[in-house]
Amino acid sequence: MLTVESLAKSYEDSPGRRSRRAAEGTTRHFAVDGVDFEVHDGELFTLLGPSGCGKTTTLRSIAGLERPTKGRVTLGGRVLFDAGKGINLKANSRGFGMVFQSYAIWPHLSVFKNVSFPLEVMPRASRPGRKEIEERVERVLDVIELGSYARRPATKLSGGQQQRLALARALVTQPELMLLDEPLSNLDAKLRETMRFELKRLQRELNLTAIYVTHDQSEALVMSNRIAVMDKGRIEQIGKPREIYTRPASRFVAEFIGTANFIEATVLSVTGDEVVVDCAQGRLVARQVESPPAVGDSVLVSIRPESVDISTTRRGDVPTEWTGTVVTRAFMGDVVDHIVAVGKQEIHCRSNPTVSIQPGTEVHLSVAPEKVTLVPGA
Amino acid sequence: MAIAPAPTAPRGGEPMPDDGPAGDGAATPGRAVRLLRRLLTFQTLLVGGSVVVVGYLALVPLGYLFHDTFLSGGGFSFDAFSRAYGGDSQSGSMMLNSLWFAFGSAALALLLGTALAYVQVRTDTPFKGLFFAASLVPLIIPGILYATSWIFLGDPTIGLLNTLVFKPLFGASPINIFSVWGMIWVQGLHLAPVAFLLMVAAFRAMDPSLEESAAMSGAGRGTILWRITLPLVRPAMISGALLMFVQSLESFEVPGLLGLQNGTYVFTSRIYFVLRAYPIDYGAAGAYAIGLLAIAAAGVLLSAWLQRSSRNFQTVTGKAFRPRPVELGRARPLAGAAVIGYFLLTVVLPIAVLIYASLLKYYAVPSRKAIKTMSLNNYREVLHTPLAFTALKNSLVLGVGAATVVMLLTAIVSWVVLRTKAPGRRLLDMLAFTPIVIPGLVLGLALSFVYLRSSLPIYGTLLILLISYCTRYLPYGMRYSSAAMAQISPELEESAAVSGASWFQTFRRVVLPLMSSGFLAGWVYILVVSFRELSSTILLYSPGKEVLSVLIWEQFENGQFTTLAALGVCMVVILVLLVSVAYRLGARFGLQGDSTN
Repeated sequence: MLTVESLAKSYEDSPGRRSRRAAEGTTRHFAVDGVDFEVHDGELFTLLGPSGCGKTTTLRSIAGLERPTKGRVTLGGRVLFDAGKGINLKANSRGFGMVFQSYAIWPHLSVFKNVSFPLEVMPRASRPGRKEIEERVERVLDVIELGSYARRPATKLSGGQQQRLALARALVTQPELMLLDEPLSNLDAKLRETMRFELKRLQRELNLTAIYVTHDQSEALVMSNRIAVMDKGRIEQIGKPREIYTRPASRFVAEFIGTANFIEATVLSVTGDEVVVDCAQGRLVARQVESPPAVGDSVLVSIRPESVDISTTRRGDVPTEWTGTVVTRAFMGDVVDHIVAVGKQEIHCRSNPTVSIQPGTEVHLSVAPEKVTLVPGA
Repeated sequence: MAIAPAPTAPRGGEPMPDDGPAGDGAATPGRAVRLLRRLLTFQTLLVGGSVVVVGYLALVPLGYLFHDTFLSGGGFSFDAFSRAYGGDSQSGSMMLNSLWFAFGSAALALLLGTALAYVQVRTDTPFKGLFFAASLVPLIIPGILYATSWIFLGDPTIGLLNTLVFKPLFGASPINIFSVWGMIWVQGLHLAPVAFLLMVAAFRAMDPSLEESAAMSGAGRGTILWRITLPLVRPAMISGALLMFVQSLESFEVPGLLGLQNGTYVFTSRIYFVLRAYPIDYGAAGAYAIGLLAIAAAGVLLSAWLQRSSRNFQTVTGKAFRPRPVELGRARPLAGAAVIGYFLLTVVLPIAVLIYASLLKYYAVPSRKAIKTMSLNNYREVLHTPLAFTALKNSLVLGVGAATVVMLLTAIVSWVVLRTKAPGRRLLDMLAFTPIVIPGLVLGLALSFVYLRSSLPIYGTLLILLISYCTRYLPYGMRYSSAAMAQISPELEESAAVSGASWFQTFRRVVLPLMSSGFLAGWVYILVVSFRELSSTILLYSPGKEVLSVLIWEQFENGQFTTLAALGVCMVVILVLLVSVAYRLGARFGLQGDSTN
């Protein structure tokens, strides 16, 4: 199990910057600002966030490629980094596997040599013999289906093959932890989708513990056991994909994962898990199982477009139903989006492509209570 | 062309490749041992060693030069300067000659180079390949041989141009190569290829749509050239002119061969003269050297500053344009003839006269009698001189040694500069580029100050020449190494580290192989330029430790022109071989080359 405790990294560590900062009276800027999480064995843990949120810096700190400013990183009982004790294990003695965004395939080596490199540079005591190296490389190349390419120059491979080669190189030492830095972002859309499942399958079959960095929310949702959503160097929420999607803990998470309608509201009443809120459009019933808010709290209501039911007729059997006018519609192949004006607010609705309503038509919108998310502190 | 690094304020402190130790000041014994162990890794030793060597090479000679010049009389004084530049030293005319010579050579080279580059890049002139053949001249014909060839051609009494062309046609011998004009002519022609290559790069980098839009606005070809094209390449021209000015100022071969015998001194030949006079006035030589160093440093810094400040003016967008060439039309044959004429005059004629001279017993104007005496005796003599073989061997040993040392050193240094966040890495970069402002002769003088004093038995050995070559070519090696290093993605190294490779394993198995082509190109280039080095060698060699260029110089001083020619032809052949090997290796040569030696 990997444990990361209050990890922080500032790039403004040079003496010059320090003195300039002191002179100007500004505070130092942290790329990663106090991050805590645990990665369980056999789990694929994803760091998700927009570019510049600190996810790659966090990963590189775990890899030993960056020296964090503060914090502690341990794997099992082994301390990898401890700022307080001045411990910083070098990247080459942490024994992890890593796949880089650019793959970082060594262009001067063959496919085989790229994979055998990590074995060849092992400390002499634990280094396997030539025969064993050969076997292990061939085995891992077979797993990722590059067996027949072993003797080729690595640069002769296609993008997807290079990606798998990078994976093979990271796997060959059977590392305790795999670090994946946006490994799919350089592939085209089609290949990316195939590789997602491929990667997930490998991870599950080999029971790998992995940390996966991505800015692609759908990738994160598909592949992860758990996701940490990061913003501005901090973790906003950690949870299973479904939790993150249906119960975002903050406006940022709700906005970043998928699209959402946000409505400001005040809590009117709380009965059991049923919360009634009041907003500009009228009343809305929500079913909040975890940490229900108190009466009088101002909350942010988040509703996914696909949770909004759109209909030209009144249903009457639901607790809340709003009436509005269709502003525009957009056919997107597998779904149809309607923008509906309810009072001053535009609500984004997504439904299956058989529904298509003329702009200007009056429509009725309803949301099931369990699809309404209340984000605290609007 | 020299690009000095940005002169940033040094932050101080020795560069540390790894992050600094995290502990606080109060070290317990255990912590001290741990700290020591951390500092004593192979990586820190290698990197620290390289830093020390670079600092030593760049700074120690300059330190001694200043020390011996200002402090030679016991206390700090300007005595040496007053001896050097005072009343009856004729230093006024010497400086005037220097500036006039440098300015004239730079102007001639720039004029020829720009015109040739424009014609090559922008017109449909015939014989485009000849331009690049001509641009190899400074690489394959060392300055000392080029000057010798022009003595054969332009000597007032025996020069072929006077005796065969001007005397019969006009009844006069107007050409005197032993003058400032003669020096400018030879130096300018020798430098023109450098200007040509610089300007070719500038013309290629220019967006042709800028010219096309001028044409659409109704401007004629001449107006476009004058009002659009030339102003756009002006930054390149100015910085190129400054660099050629500095190179001419630092050149020793041409003024040494053409000016010493009739007392037309420039800085470099003056330093040489002072050191050959008795008693030797080291202080005065140092004073001249410092004056020269100051002017050269100012030129290089100004040029670097101009290059940086002209960035916003640049039309370079990173991609090479393939502009539609200007059609010369009826002027095309004329341009072709001019190109062939230029090639004949600057390449064929000097080499031909060198070969001709090498076949004669005494240099004479071609006649039936002269042709009858032609033989290969000079070559036989060269082959039977044991000294020639020693010199060849020394040249090779020094060239290979300097090339290897410099490239290994700069590979590590450029790694420190480009890959680490070590404090002081900019300073290190600057140190490695410092020798570019030190003229060869000044370096030779400074090194002799160092090792005449030092108790180490280095003076009078090949080692002192190796130190001198390593210092001189450090900046060139740096340019090749950092260009190669910059092309390697840092992730390639990081993935090796994550794979478990130590720093040295990463460096040896990933970094060095990946930069091997740049490394090799730099290696061959340094081998070639070391082969021709004369200006620092001439002050540092000792009998029995001659190299080829010194042997040629000695024969010149002894008046053995025909053996010199034979030796010169051999040297050109060797250089042609080396340069063609370099081309095979895909080295993009001339663009990074200098031409002074």
